[in-house]
Amino acid sequence: MNANAMSNFEIVTREDFSDVTYLLEVRHPLMAKAAKPGQFVIVMLNEHGERIPLTIADFDRKKGTITLVIQAVGKTTRQMQQECRVGTTLYGMVGPMGIPSPISHAKKVVCVGGGLGVAPIFPQARGFKEAGAYVIGVLGFRSKDLVFWEDKFRSCCDELILCTNDGSAGMKGFVTDGIKVALAGHSDIEEVIAIGPPVMMKACADATRAAKIKTMVSVNPIMVDGTGMCGGCRVKVGDQVKFACVDGPDFDGHLVDFDDLMVRLGRYTKVEKEAHERWSDSCRMTKQVGASALHALKHGGQSELLELPDPFEDAPGG
Amino acid sequence: MREQDPQVRAKNFEEVACGYSLEDALRESERCLVCPDEPCISGCPVGINIPGFIQKIGEKNLRGAYDILTDTNLLPSICGRVCPQENQCEGVCTVGDSLEPVAIGRLERFVGDTALKEGWVNIPYIEPNRFRVGIVGSGPAGMACAADMAKAGCDVTVYEAFHEPGGVLKYGIPDFRLPNTVIDAEIDNLKKFGVKFECNTLVGRLFTIEQMIDEMGFHAVFVGVGAGYPTMLNIPGDSLNGVLSANEMLTRCNLMRGRDFPNFDTPMPIGKRVAVVGAGNTAMDAMRVSLRLGAEKVYCIYRRSRTEAPARAEEVHHAEQEGVEFHWLTAPVAVLDDGKGNVRGMRCVRMELGEPDDSGRRRPVPVAGSEFDFETDLIIYAIGTNANPIMGQTSKLKLNKWGYIGADENLATSVAGVFAGGDIVTGAATVIQAMGAGRKAARSMKAYLGIRDPGLPYIESSGGTLFGIDTRERNFARVRIA
Repeated sequence: MNANAMSNFEIVTREDFSDVTYLLEVRHPLMAKAAKPGQFVIVMLNEHGERIPLTIADFDRKKGTITLVIQAVGKTTRQMQQECRVGTTLYGMVGPMGIPSPISHAKKVVCVGGGLGVAPIFPQARGFKEAGAYVIGVLGFRSKDLVFWEDKFRSCCDELILCTNDGSAGMKGFVTDGIKVALAGHSDIEEVIAIGPPVMMKACADATRAAKIKTMVSVNPIMVDGTGMCGGCRVKVGDQVKFACVDGPDFDGHLVDFDDLMVRLGRYTKVEKEAHERWSDSCRMTKQVGASALHALKHGGQSELLELPDPFEDAPGG
Repeated sequence: MREQDPQVRAKNFEEVACGYSLEDALRESERCLVCPDEPCISGCPVGINIPGFIQKIGEKNLRGAYDILTDTNLLPSICGRVCPQENQCEGVCTVGDSLEPVAIGRLERFVGDTALKEGWVNIPYIEPNRFRVGIVGSGPAGMACAADMAKAGCDVTVYEAFHEPGGVLKYGIPDFRLPNTVIDAEIDNLKKFGVKFECNTLVGRLFTIEQMIDEMGFHAVFVGVGAGYPTMLNIPGDSLNGVLSANEMLTRCNLMRGRDFPNFDTPMPIGKRVAVVGAGNTAMDAMRVSLRLGAEKVYCIYRRSRTEAPARAEEVHHAEQEGVEFHWLTAPVAVLDDGKGNVRGMRCVRMELGEPDDSGRRRPVPVAGSEFDFETDLIIYAIGTNANPIMGQTSKLKLNKWGYIGADENLATSVAGVFAGGDIVTGAATVIQAMGAGRKAARSMKAYLGIRDPGLPYIESSGGTLFGIDTRERNFARVRIA
């Protein structure tokens, strides 16, 4: 292994799942080799950018790439949606961070992903499958046109329960309804792993509490460095305070104080909105004075027309 | 030394101390008695030949002064600014027995800044050897170790987890105390020595210390990752919005340039009435940054008295001048919320000093019934840091009971070829102590690799050495005894 084979963070693939959700595959052979399910990276788009945490959705050791699935919801994630094209590079990407998810010896597990959480639950589902478990996937989306990676999950899940809020694909309902179906059909489920927005993970933990089924969740609070230095990502777990970046990001869902987590996620909402508005305005101005090629692209400049979606975002800082 | 007016500087991020002019430096240099027992040299953690460089200033030979300084200290511009001189060289200065001690730190800074301005770099004659050295962490310990190993002829690579090198010098110490341009200039000097910097690299997770030795071809590794894990108070209301660590606030402001938000994307928590808990250098930095970001009131909450405050005297003085309100012998009891998850105020209790504790400082004890509340909308904890857990999680390095890396007196760890120094071994300390540890580890590393390192060339008089390398040394072949 050569240390100098460090990446220049080149984007080699981009795929748009919907108007707001997109996938980036970034070249970083060393990280692809080191990454394990449950870990995350911190990305900087440019020199003036902020550091945003993004969960690793997949890694390909052969190709030497890291896959990120991102929802355009804040200033940085929308700017990335506009600017990150195949062949462009990120200013920085550091990782893999956090303690890898423990792929336990459970024989039957439910892997739950909601919205953008569908992406990071994939390496876990695959990990459990490779460890010989019977894997039931429960995926939740708002509607049919937001569904992605169904085929990828079918390839590693023994059962797949797809839920949409409006019933346009799979069963109508939330992931918690999917969990109920899974629990009703199997009495020997040993573990549930849930990734998604905090409100969803809270509901999942509540759904399994009575049956005392071990439930792991992956939290993603606001971070700066991601190396245990700022303490911005502290979460209450039972009677302890943990740093998600170095003590997590996976914790026992029955112990996490989700209400506290949700309040803390809103810390910078107001200033972030200002930053985003300022940025959208400058984009609009650029357009008026003669649109650059960048803005002429399919998704360019659309972001300010979109309403803020549910906080299905992986990166609250973004 | 000329300083910016407190009222003016409390609104900007320009450097507070403007630095000496040549006339100032000449006048100050004449105050040195060149006393025979040289207490200042033994007071300096790296043993700079202080009377020597001051004499050169007196002779108006600034290049000569720079050569003497860089014999032992590669980063004079940084150390001149951030060393706690009052406890080191200046604290034992003979002149200080009856008058103000010689302003050694300011003179050092003057010479260092002149060198940066003139573009002087002392690049020694380096004969490359076949050894590769990996340094984990680009803070002061890593920089000092890297410099010494590069001078010994090793191929040195420094890994940094952040996107820019410099460690605590960059993310922690604000620009008005240590401008980033100074740090970058010193790092550029290291690059001229052949040191390579690799940022965005989280050692332990991207690859482990063991992999560096076993797979990546490093013959020795130095771990200087600091002790950045911030301590929280563990009082009610700790997790409210508006309570943050000094590390978070300083990193957002200094490294991420949150103070220029929204031109930079990182948001900055802004408070009108800011309470900073603690009275160390980091606390002073957090308070003075808060003032510069527009806070109307900044309070310092410290449970001991001013005498026990760990900050440099100059920093406390500067903070006071700029309008920080000090509340000595006051300890926080609870953070009060506004019912929406935000900070509304703080409840404190008065303290008095009792018997001395383990640290030799008098232990503060609460005064019964003295609790009181006050209004604040931003609370910053600057009450110390703990060991970062990543190295312990990912390597076989033995840790001590506090989680710091265990190292012997030569800074060798439990893994052969791996050395450690700075805050990750001792717990939070100063920049110059970290540099001292980096250099000590470099000496041990050279011994481990079998690189000839005659005695302690760094504290010999400059007569026999050139840029820290014994002048005789280049005539010897370096042989590794396997």
